[in-house]
Amino acid sequence: MKTKLWITGLAMATAMSATAPVMAEGEVYIPMPVYRVGPYATGGTGYFGGIIDYYTLMNMTEGGVGGMKIIWNECETNYNDQKGVECYHRQKEFQGKQALFFDPLSVGISTSLVAQGRKDKIAIIAVNHGRTEGQRGDVFPYYFMPGINTYDEHSIITAYIGELEGGMENLAGKKIVLLFHGSTYGREAVEFTHMLCEKHNCSSEAIEVPHPGNEQTSQWLKIRRSKPDYVVLRGWGVMNPVAMQTGVRMGFPISNLIGNIWSNDDGDVKPAGSSANGYQAITTHPTGRVAKVIDEIVAKLYDQGQGDLEDKSRIGSNYWNLGVMAGVIHLEAVRVAQARFGADVNSAQVRWGFENLNLDTARLTELGANGLVPEIKTNCMDHVGGHQAKFMRWVYAETKWEVASDWIDGDVELSQAIIDAKAENAIENEGITPRDCNDPAQRDDFDV
Amino acid sequence: MIYRETGTFITSYLEDRKLFPIPFDKWAMAVFMLFMVFVVPFIASDYWLAAHLIPILAYGTAALGLNLLTGMTGQLSLGTAGFMCFGAFFTFNIMLRSPEWMNLPLAMMLAGSVTGVIGIIFGLPSIRIKGFYLLVSTLAAQYFALWFFRSYPYFLNYATATVTLPDHHFDFYGIGDVFGVDMASFEAKYLMSLGVVSALALFAKNLMRSATGRNFMAVRDMDIAASVIGIPVIRTKMLAFFVSCFYCGVGGALFCYAYLQVLGIRTFEMNRSFEILFMAIIGGLGSIAGSFYGTVLVYEFPILFSWAGDYLFGGAFDTAVVDNVAKITYGILIIALLIREPGGLAALWATAKQKLRTWPFPH
Repeated sequence: MKTKLWITGLAMATAMSATAPVMAEGEVYIPMPVYRVGPYATGGTGYFGGIIDYYTLMNMTEGGVGGMKIIWNECETNYNDQKGVECYHRQKEFQGKQALFFDPLSVGISTSLVAQGRKDKIAIIAVNHGRTEGQRGDVFPYYFMPGINTYDEHSIITAYIGELEGGMENLAGKKIVLLFHGSTYGREAVEFTHMLCEKHNCSSEAIEVPHPGNEQTSQWLKIRRSKPDYVVLRGWGVMNPVAMQTGVRMGFPISNLIGNIWSNDDGDVKPAGSSANGYQAITTHPTGRVAKVIDEIVAKLYDQGQGDLEDKSRIGSNYWNLGVMAGVIHLEAVRVAQARFGADVNSAQVRWGFENLNLDTARLTELGANGLVPEIKTNCMDHVGGHQAKFMRWVYAETKWEVASDWIDGDVELSQAIIDAKAENAIENEGITPRDCNDPAQRDDFDV
Repeated sequence: MIYRETGTFITSYLEDRKLFPIPFDKWAMAVFMLFMVFVVPFIASDYWLAAHLIPILAYGTAALGLNLLTGMTGQLSLGTAGFMCFGAFFTFNIMLRSPEWMNLPLAMMLAGSVTGVIGIIFGLPSIRIKGFYLLVSTLAAQYFALWFFRSYPYFLNYATATVTLPDHHFDFYGIGDVFGVDMASFEAKYLMSLGVVSALALFAKNLMRSATGRNFMAVRDMDIAASVIGIPVIRTKMLAFFVSCFYCGVGGALFCYAYLQVLGIRTFEMNRSFEILFMAIIGGLGSIAGSFYGTVLVYEFPILFSWAGDYLFGGAFDTAVVDNVAKITYGILIIALLIREPGGLAALWATAKQKLRTWPFPH
């Protein structure tokens, strides 16, 4: 009997494997290193859900990108650096097609892959985050952070705090605490926060919350002792609602808790309940059904019972919208490359596409993404391209975010100096030979 | 029949002490090693080298180190990842700050030795305390390592959180240029790891057959009895900590240099210590080959499962389902294995070997 079962199982397996899809001509392959389980699943399901929904919509309405059908496969990373590297090696080729780029939504994973991506000529994408010196495209040609980088983000937050105080000069003598996630991602902002406070004569303190951050009493007791005027929350996943609840319980005014770009999802504030009312956070894109492309996704996918999100109420949530935004940026890079090299592009050519993005209002309107995606213009020396963000405030009674500020520009002048210093350090210690971005031949050569 | 022992006679003491008493074993091992050295680098894709073989070698070294301490000497430890962290950071710093003549294997050995000394310091409590209490005190090593490297950014060359390990650290006196081989390619990294791991495993095997190894085992079985018959218990324990941490340090260096290619603190968090403890337990405590069997099972199982899930169902289930089912199955498998065979995979293999020796006649 046992043997019989075994044979039946084997036969079934063989039969099923015969149905595995075979890559046809006219397709482009994009890997999807998702994380749908673990403490950061809110981020993973929202972001990758948005990307998948946008790709699906494009396959449905435009037959893919530039006439090439988009195909993808998933690999679960758990937001774990080591698993992410394994996924990269597994996914860099699929059925004979090379991956066009790799977007793991993790500072740790993307940083681990900077050198490997360059060797394999596969661009590593980190929307709105990443290893900040990667902005220097001459030193890191295969690393992109479209949107804003960490330094922009924190200088914008400081500028907003200045605005709340009625002018940057009023920052003098104030105390700002950075409460950060104990990871590569969290640490990225520590040094720069101190630099910002030095510039504006405020005092600063950085307090670490160990991964995953579901217990923060000792950190908040420390905050209570040091009596800061503002706490900047650089959280991720479950750390965010816990910070809001603990902070409020300890008597810290929620309106003085400012969230960074990864502490701004509906999934972060909803679990905190009424504690989160009045919480403010930075964002590069609005929440809600704000653009034509989102309405289209709802009409053509979710209303037809398709779509990647299991919980339809998350349509229009911050991370999902960010996913759609990332999808728009991804495919625009492919289109830019296709315009120069023809429909069947390779990963090095798509890298050139990411370097020559020009998403202005006119182009965004054409794509139906105006109102969702911020203006982004990249070049050889600037792999970030946006450098501006807005603020929003959570209204608990209406369970929605309201816009709290106009566009604020990052302090590019201050960040450029430290980015250059870090890039020089990388040139020296990592054996990188930089390109010359002023030389048109080197600048326009896609294959670097 | 497969293991034919007939005709193998031992006529001298030297022959009795051979590493592989059965000729078939010897030939099988030789063929296996030749295959790993001369065939695998040429047929294996980057994916197989970078995401399977190299991490298994690195993990295997650390699991072997833990096994020498826990399995052979009976001293429980949860500081494995911490010691790996020391090994990796010291290797990086030695490579970064020493003159041209330094090479990576030598740097790993030096870093391993420093880690061994640190291991002795953290092993000192083992003189007075045993079992679970020692487990807790070795945990201090784990947290100390992370705290230390977080607090002194000098060791990370003032980088924010991670450093990309440069290719020129793999250079071995320009030998790559002579043969036209990229020393930072996965093939070269694999061969380097294989060389280091083979040498360490052989050393461990011989150590266990020596007087020192017998002292280790005597201390494990009953340290009071060991001291009564004149074994220096304290020295033996300290030596066990040194050797074990040396292995863990080298394992950590391989993990960062050959596998991840970046050095960061988060790589060596607590759960890595548990992972390696599971590898040693599942593989079989007190067995050198078992450390590697355990590594292969623990490392490959989740990957194999998700791969099988993709292949059989073609993405019909999302990765969350596959991932969770893999964890459940893995847990059940471990419980079943440890109830049926507490000696782990090594004991399972020993039983199989015994069966093969007498096959087809069971008696």
